Amino acid sequence: MANLRENNNAISTRGLVREFGEVRAVDGIDLDVRQGEVYGFLGPNGAGKTTVIRMLITLLAPTAGEINVAGHDVVREPQEVRLRIGAALQDAALDSKQTGLELLRLQGKLYGLSGKEIERRIGELSSLVDIGEAMNRLISTYSGGMKRRLDLAAALIHNPEVLFLDEPTTGLDPISRARIWQEVREINAELGVTIFLTTQYLEEADALAHRVGIIDRGVLAAQGTPADLKRARGSDLIVAKLDGDVEAAMEAVRSIQSVAHVEAHGQELTVSVANGAALIITVALALDQRGIGVQELTLRTPTLDDVFLQVTGGRLQEGATATAEISDGSAPPDAIAETSD
Amino acid sequence: MAAVVNGPTTLARRGGFPADVSTVAERALRSVLRDPEVTIPAMIIPVFMYIMTVGALNDFAESIPGLDYKAFQLPVAVLFAVTGISRAITVVTDIQSGYFDRLVISPVNRLALLLGLMIADFALVVALTVPVVIMGVIAGVSWETGVPGILVFMFLSGLWGLIFTGFPYAIALKTGNPAAVNISFLLFFPFLFMTSLFVPQEAMTGWLAAVADYNPVTYLLAALRSLISEGWEPLTLLKGIAAVLGVGIVSIGLALAALKGRATRK
Repeated sequence: MANLRENNNAISTRGLVREFGEVRAVDGIDLDVRQGEVYGFLGPNGAGKTTVIRMLITLLAPTAGEINVAGHDVVREPQEVRLRIGAALQDAALDSKQTGLELLRLQGKLYGLSGKEIERRIGELSSLVDIGEAMNRLISTYSGGMKRRLDLAAALIHNPEVLFLDEPTTGLDPISRARIWQEVREINAELGVTIFLTTQYLEEADALAHRVGIIDRGVLAAQGTPADLKRARGSDLIVAKLDGDVEAAMEAVRSIQSVAHVEAHGQELTVSVANGAALIITVALALDQRGIGVQELTLRTPTLDDVFLQVTGGRLQEGATATAEISDGSAPPDAIAETSD
Repeated sequence: MAAVVNGPTTLARRGGFPADVSTVAERALRSVLRDPEVTIPAMIIPVFMYIMTVGALNDFAESIPGLDYKAFQLPVAVLFAVTGISRAITVVTDIQSGYFDRLVISPVNRLALLLGLMIADFALVVALTVPVVIMGVIAGVSWETGVPGILVFMFLSGLWGLIFTGFPYAIALKTGNPAAVNISFLLFFPFLFMTSLFVPQEAMTGWLAAVADYNPVTYLLAALRSLISEGWEPLTLLKGIAAVLGVGIVSIGLALAALKGRATRK
């Protein structure tokens, strides 16, 4: 474990495994989250995100592997870890029969803060989280967004070194979600807190995270900055929604020079190219010449959803079950896609 | 977006066991005041039971020589007031809402999570003995042991109430299910009814007399009744305290085991 402690990362795991009976929910994950970083942990429901975060915050013991958080071994020194971390878990974990102020004071006491420290921290967090006069009302009267912000304040009361946010905006309306994003940015930029953020929303990871990790079926399928991951996916994507024979369409597009990669997901054809603007007409003509109907033809730059599709074989946000094969061979065997040279 | 290099330094430190217990108890006491639906029935039911039982059986029961039935029934009323009152449902709510996880990932002492609640329960059940004592005084019951005896009467009743909370806490922590917590109330009936509830132990016959001999509440009732009717009876009091502590070893042991299971990472 000495190597993990000495690498100076805020979070490090090696060979992290968690089994529930016969099910291996987390299967050998190696993670390194640097100090001061916002790390986005992406994956669909059931991918293992929450299991990983529960192991990192000392709620769940790993079946195998090593975890170091804030310089301490999570298995052997859980109390040292608990002193240094804050967590806002799925569904704001609050006591609805207390006021916001009572809850924050209680939270401060649980972390051994003095009365003066608690009041000072509440003052600092009030401006950051902006709960205002509602602090004196019972939490049961709060809106979903207010509960999330209070949850965030409770996680920060002791000025943690590492903050864990488990799907912090799930179920929130767009305005509340934007507010939470802003607060997360401020917590990281102004306070310097390392943030480990799980989310189902790719745009959330894209907007907030310095680096993202994509977990799929308990395995870390890809990791890097959003920009690097998208760049690796290709510079431009031409997406055609087809009316006709997909195999024939792939054959037609594959024959075009400069096409780097072709994938089919259901009736949708995705073509990776270096210069989409120059090639979109050629793609349209090639399909037309084969008599393949096209409902829609669009040109766009890759998103994290495209990265997700590439590494996991399925889209995260649309819930599609499309499959794909990619050049590194990490895709499912039933994929229908080819890479053109 | 560039990562920030200079991170914060945590202000957190271990508060110490007494501070942890006090913090958890403070929250629990606050919630007691906000849950009148828990305390009001516990104040009304024993008064109702006392009036009904004494009203129905007083003349018949006092045919037993030397029995003051109003005094005899007062310890029964106080046990009705204090038995089964706990914050166990709050624990279930905390588990279901995820707030319990928030408590567990804080550096708070694990034992304090239970002890703090029990201290609040003890304060509540001792407070619940007050209306019963007042009712007894109004009914004309007098304590042979005087005011100190009344205080011991309240303490011993409160101790039983506290000890009994171990059962609902054990179920709450083990299952996290509110319906299951209500099962603990089933224990209330054998403990309180299979004993010298309506007539003195000497007057009981048959299988119920045999069962009552092994029911710890029989000895608790005897101790409480002795404070009212007989004066200071050390052996009777010791038996009552021993009976309560015996039940406590089981109930608190179960609750601690359930707490360990809930708070330990598996």
